[in-house]
Amino acid sequence: MSDTFFTAAPHWRWLIILYFFVGGLAGGAYFLGAVLEWFGRPDDRPVIRTAYRVGLWGAVVSGLLLTLDLGRPLRFWHMLFQSANLPHVMFKAWSPISFGAWALLLFGGCAILSARLLREGTALAKLVAAVGGLLGFFVAGYTGVLLSVTNRPIWADSPWLGALFLASGASTAAAWLGLLGPKRGAAESSLRWLSTFDARVLVVELLLLIVFVASLGTLARVWVSVWGALLLVGVVGFGIVWPLVRHARPATGSAGLNPAVAVLIGGFLLRVVMLLASEGIELRRGVAGLVR
Amino acid sequence: MPEPMGFFTDTTICIGCKACEVACKNWNQLPAENGGVTEMSGDSYDNTRRLDGTHWRHVKFIEQFKGPYDGRWLMMSDVCKHCVQAGCLEVCPTGAIIRTEFDTVVIQSDVCNGCRACIAACPFGVIDMNPVAGTAQKCTLCYDRMGVGLEPACAKACPTDSIQFGTVVELRGRAQKRVQQLKTQGVDAWLYGDDPNGPLGGLNSFYLLVDKPEVYGLPAHPQLPSRNLKRSGTFSTASAAVLGLLALVGLRKRRMDTIEGGSPPAAPGQN
Ligand code: SF4
Ligand code: SF4
Repeated sequence: MSDTFFTAAPHWRWLIILYFFVGGLAGGAYFLGAVLEWFGRPDDRPVIRTAYRVGLWGAVVSGLLLTLDLGRPLRFWHMLFQSANLPHVMFKAWSPISFGAWALLLFGGCAILSARLLREGTALAKLVAAVGGLLGFFVAGYTGVLLSVTNRPIWADSPWLGALFLASGASTAAAWLGLLGPKRGAAESSLRWLSTFDARVLVVELLLLIVFVASLGTLARVWVSVWGALLLVGVVGFGIVWPLVRHARPATGSAGLNPAVAVLIGGFLLRVVMLLASEGIELRRGVAGLVR
Repeated sequence: MPEPMGFFTDTTICIGCKACEVACKNWNQLPAENGGVTEMSGDSYDNTRRLDGTHWRHVKFIEQFKGPYDGRWLMMSDVCKHCVQAGCLEVCPTGAIIRTEFDTVVIQSDVCNGCRACIAACPFGVIDMNPVAGTAQKCTLCYDRMGVGLEPACAKACPTDSIQFGTVVELRGRAQKRVQQLKTQGVDAWLYGDDPNGPLGGLNSFYLLVDKPEVYGLPAHPQLPSRNLKRSGTFSTASAAVLGLLALVGLRKRRMDTIEGGSPPAAPGQN
């Protein structure tokens, strides 16, 4: 039995699941906006604007979700400053939850600047986009690293969760921007780029998911469970393979579910499965002391 | 500077009376749960079941019976190990978890904001939330009592001296003698967590066991959570680079297609 089975679950449930999803979406969206800001064309501007706004609102919602999840929400600032030693900064480079708090704050700052305060297309806007884009990707991926830097089953048993969450953040962001785009005046070519990018990222995500499950070794048997079924059907089948098939063979007419919606649902289910599969192992801990 | 202090728990003389559990709850004023109503667990004589934010000591009952008259009981009073390299302290983002002058590990409840990272980081499942305080809590090795020269409440209450308190160096010597004594009696005893060169730099609260660690609900090779940081960070960075490249390749392809197909379309929403 893996040593991770002798640990306690941190009760990271729905608020954290939502945060992981929204954070991935926001970080990924801003990153895509920043790529277009640097290397895109003038007609990409509507998508860039939308991407920055998604980044901004995502950062705000993420901060709220994280704060609400705390046992003592009013002490959220203890993660940023030393409460007994003001104004000294609280930062541990080796603790993902510590550097993640700072990354989210700085990312939010960049998103405000890009979405609301800076003039479009200026050198400063480009500079902020570069910093914010990197921070955005960081916010999208560090949540998986955070899970790996614990002692919990599944999370600490593989080093691939950060990469997987990052890919999922990028794919859900492209899907979300693709959905919002038409209503916000996005050019056809921008939307095509987003859709092609999304299809490629879904392939990467599928490969990472396979590597992740393989890296669990004998522990992969935890997926012989309801979570495994949800992973296979909801995340892989519905959220990755089906949108890929639809990308390769677009349906004629506009009937049926938009594949981008499936990508979003799949991305959310990925967080649900990864969080709750490990949280559920808590239930078995009561008998861990009775292993014979 | 005081010497490192700790517990040596000799599980072979624990009688499962739970005096330590009661003394700990009493001294530390830990609240009852469930309105004080005890639910029967069905697990041997153990209704506490686990360490958590309101149970900082937990006496485990392990029944090893092949038949009605053929077997033994193992009992072990579990507690925070006050690891020399502590996973909880490593990850705590508020600095609430500190190492004291006694080399013990303490959570400052007025600093903790209840993020619960420490719960997932501890290799032994020691910490959990105290629902009354809204913060993560665990054994402090009676930091307040030690400060005035008293021994921790559990060790004081233990009627068989299964829980012994003292300097870690002295306790190690005592524990090794006890292992020798048991070995001459034919008991296969060994020490868990006494080795300063072993996992986590040694545990300041260590145990004498007579079976495999897993039998007692202890990990065989406890590790720090940061062991995964480098690899996980590297893989994430690599995947970020791949995704960035995919985005750029897509843009390049679009540019080539446009060059082949004529000038770019007019920009909707462009100003
Ligand atoms: S046993 Fe767990 S709670 Fe106690 S010091 Fe070690 S890591 Fe921290
Ligand atoms: S719950 Fe409290 S003690 Fe534990 S890591 Fe968070 S701030 Fe630190």
